Amino acid sequence: MATILERRELTPVTKLFVVRAPLVARHARPGQFVIVRVDEHGERVPISLTDFDPEAGTITLVVQEVGKTSGLICRLEAGEEMLDLAGPLGQPAPLPDTGHAVLVGGGFGAGAVHPIARELRARGVRVTSIVGARTAELLILRELLEPVSDGYLPCTDDGSLGFHGFTAQLLGDQLDEGAGFTCCYAIGPMAMMRAVAETTRPYRVRTFVSLDPIMLDGTGMCGACRVSVGGETKFACVDGPFFEAHAVDFDEAVVRSKMYVDQERLALELAAAGR
Amino acid sequence: MPIVYPTKIEMPALDPLERRETWDEVAVGYTVERALAEARRCVQCQDPVCEQGCPVGVPIRAFVRRVALGDFEGAAELIRTKNVLPAICGRVCPVEHQCESRCSVHGRFDPVGVGRLERFVADWERAHRTNGSAAAVAPRPEKIAIVGSGPAGLTAASDLVQLGYSVTVYEALHAIGGVLRYGIPEFRLPKAIVDEDVEHLRALGVDFETNVIIGKTVTIDELLGDLGYAAVFVGTGAGSPKFMSIPGENLKGVYSANEYLTRVNLMRAYSFPEYDTPVKRPTRAAVIGAGDTAMDAARVSIRLGAQETHVVYRRTQAEMGARAEDFKRCGEEGAIFDWLTAPVRFLGDDDGCVRAMECIRMELGEPDESGRRRPVPVDGSGFTMEANLVVIALGTNPNPLIPLTTEGLETNPHGCVVVDPETGRTSREGVYAGGDIATGAATVILAMGAGRRAATAIDEYVRSKAPAAA
Repeated sequence: MATILERRELTPVTKLFVVRAPLVARHARPGQFVIVRVDEHGERVPISLTDFDPEAGTITLVVQEVGKTSGLICRLEAGEEMLDLAGPLGQPAPLPDTGHAVLVGGGFGAGAVHPIARELRARGVRVTSIVGARTAELLILRELLEPVSDGYLPCTDDGSLGFHGFTAQLLGDQLDEGAGFTCCYAIGPMAMMRAVAETTRPYRVRTFVSLDPIMLDGTGMCGACRVSVGGETKFACVDGPFFEAHAVDFDEAVVRSKMYVDQERLALELAAAGR
Repeated sequence: MPIVYPTKIEMPALDPLERRETWDEVAVGYTVERALAEARRCVQCQDPVCEQGCPVGVPIRAFVRRVALGDFEGAAELIRTKNVLPAICGRVCPVEHQCESRCSVHGRFDPVGVGRLERFVADWERAHRTNGSAAAVAPRPEKIAIVGSGPAGLTAASDLVQLGYSVTVYEALHAIGGVLRYGIPEFRLPKAIVDEDVEHLRALGVDFETNVIIGKTVTIDELLGDLGYAAVFVGTGAGSPKFMSIPGENLKGVYSANEYLTRVNLMRAYSFPEYDTPVKRPTRAAVIGAGDTAMDAARVSIRLGAQETHVVYRRTQAEMGARAEDFKRCGEEGAIFDWLTAPVRFLGDDDGCVRAMECIRMELGEPDESGRRRPVPVDGSGFTMEANLVVIALGTNPNPLIPLTTEGLETNPHGCVVVDPETGRTSREGVYAGGDIATGAATVILAMGAGRRAATAIDEYVRSKAPAAA
C-alpha cells in the first residue's frame, strides 16, 4: 500500500498525487513508470513518473480522468492509500549528454516530460519544452517545467495562451527557423506523438515517443503491450516505454489501444450510474 | 501377488455440460469410501519404485498404507514431511509421467491413483486442520530472501522457515502464488487452496512482500548488501511468453496464454464488469499448442462462451505435453483437437480484430534434437480456420529481469540461470536459483523439488559462513 501525502487539482479532470514509495523513489530514472491498482476489483494501470525524490521517499504521479479506473484514482484523497503500487518499471529514457533537446508534452503528458527535462539539464544538454493543451486553463505544471527548461513554449488549440495551434505545428515552425534541435522526446496522446514523429522525420532529428499501450502485469510477463518498432515486436513495459518514433508502427498501436473500447464504455457508464 | 482390483476408482467430476457454465472445480475428489478402496489397490511393494518418480520424494507407500487403514491424519503428516503443497500437487502433478508411471501394478492394471489419494489426504487435512503450529526450532539469526512466490519459492520458504531462518518472500504481482495464481484456472486449482497454503506459511512465520520487483524495486546486490540477507533464492519462473513471429500476430484478439490466463485467473476478467479488467469473449476460439497451458486456455474459452473451441497442434496427441486427465476433460467439455496443423498467418477484419487463421497440415518426419519426430509441412495443404480469438500457448522463456540486473549471474543461451542441479547454486556467491528460471518451462512439482534442494544447500552455506557457536 502506498499512502497519498498530497493531492492537487491541476485541472477539473487532472490530479497530481505525491505518494510515499521510498523504494520506487530510490531506483526511479527519468522515463519510467509504475503500475497502480486501486481496489480489490481494480485493474492494473501504468502511470508515468512526473517526479521522484529519493531523500523524501516520494514519487509524483499525474492522472487524467478518462475512464473508470483513472476516475477512481482521481477521486482518492490525501491520507488515503493506493492499494497496490509497483515499480519503477520500464527502461529509463535514452538520454544524450550533449546537444539541444526539444521535449514535447501534450495534455497530462507534460508531467512525464519533467524528470527528463531535469535530467537533461543536469547533464548539460540545452532543453526546449513545448507544452500544449486545448485551452489555457488546461495547461499544466508550468511551475515545474519552466525552471528546468532553457526555453518554455506553451501552445493552446484556441490561442488563449502562447502559440495558437498544436504542439507539432510549433515544433515544425521552430525546426524551419533553424532551432538546431539534436533530439526530440514526445509524451502525450498518440495523435500528438505521431504528428511530432512526422514533423521531425524530414529533419532527421532523432525522436523518441513514450508509448502507453494497454498493460496488464507491466513486468514482461503477458505481451499485452506489444508494439511493432522497425518491423520487430517489442513489449512496451520492458523494452520501452520510449521507442524511436520514426520506426514505430503507429497504425497498429492506435488499433491495439482500442481493444476494449466497448468494455471501457460500459464500465464507465455503470460507474456513473453508481452500478 | 495379491488380488488387485484392475481399474482406478473413479474420481467424481462435474457433468461436462454443467462445466461449460461454471468456474467451479471440475473434479470433486474422492469420498472416504472411494479413497479407502483406491488405497487398498496398492500392493505395498517391497521396493516402492513409485517414490523414485516423485521429484520431492513423498513417502508414497507409507502414506497410501495409512489411507488404507483409515488413518488420514497419519497420511497427511507423512506427506507433509516432504511436500508442503499437497493439495496443489494432488491436482496439478503429471502423475502419469511420475509416480504412477512406475507403479508395479501398472501395465497389467491401472496404476494406483497416487495423485487422487494425495489430493484426498490434503483436502481431508484442510477440512480437519487444527492449525497446529510447527515444532519449535531454535531460531537462527540469519535472514533469507526468496524472489518469486511460485511453487519453487514457497517450498524453499517453507523449508527455510522451519530450519529457524527469518524468511521474506518478494513477489512482483499484487497476489501470492506465481503461476498457481495467474496461470492455473480456478476450475482446476481453486484459489482458496492457494490462499490456505499461503496462510499456513504465514502462520509458520514467513513474511510476504507483494509489489516488489526484484531487479527494479530492489536489486539482488541490495538484498545481500544493505538489507542484510545471508542468501537469496531466485524462483522467478519462466514468465516471458513466446510468440510465433507470423503475420497478423498483433491483431486484436490474439493473446499469449499468459495474458489470457492472467486476465481471467489473477484479474477475474470472467466477472467483468463486476471486476474491472476486461477480456474478449470468443464465439470461435483457437488455441495454438497442446501442453497444460493450452488445455487451460481452451477450457477457459469454453467457459467464456465460445461455441467452438479448437486446439491446434503441429504434432500429434502422442507428442502433446498436457496431463492425461486434463486432456480428457478438455475433450469432454467440447474442445476439438486439430493435430498436425499449424497456423501460418492470422487474418483480420476492418477493425483490426482477428477473424481467421491460415493453416497448413503437417506430417511427422525424422526425430529432432528433442527426440520427438519433427513436423514437416504438407505441400498444398493450406486452409482457413475461422476464429475470433486466438491464444498462443507455445511456452515461455525465463524471466530476464534478474539476470539483466544482477552482475556475475551466469545464464545459458536460452536465458536460464546456470545452476548446479544438486544444490541450485549459481555463479554468484549466496545466490541460489531453481524452478523454471533455471530449467525453462517445466512443472510445479519439479520447481518444488528444486526449491527444496536449494533450501538444503542454503542452510549448509549459511552455517558454513556463520561464526562457530560459542
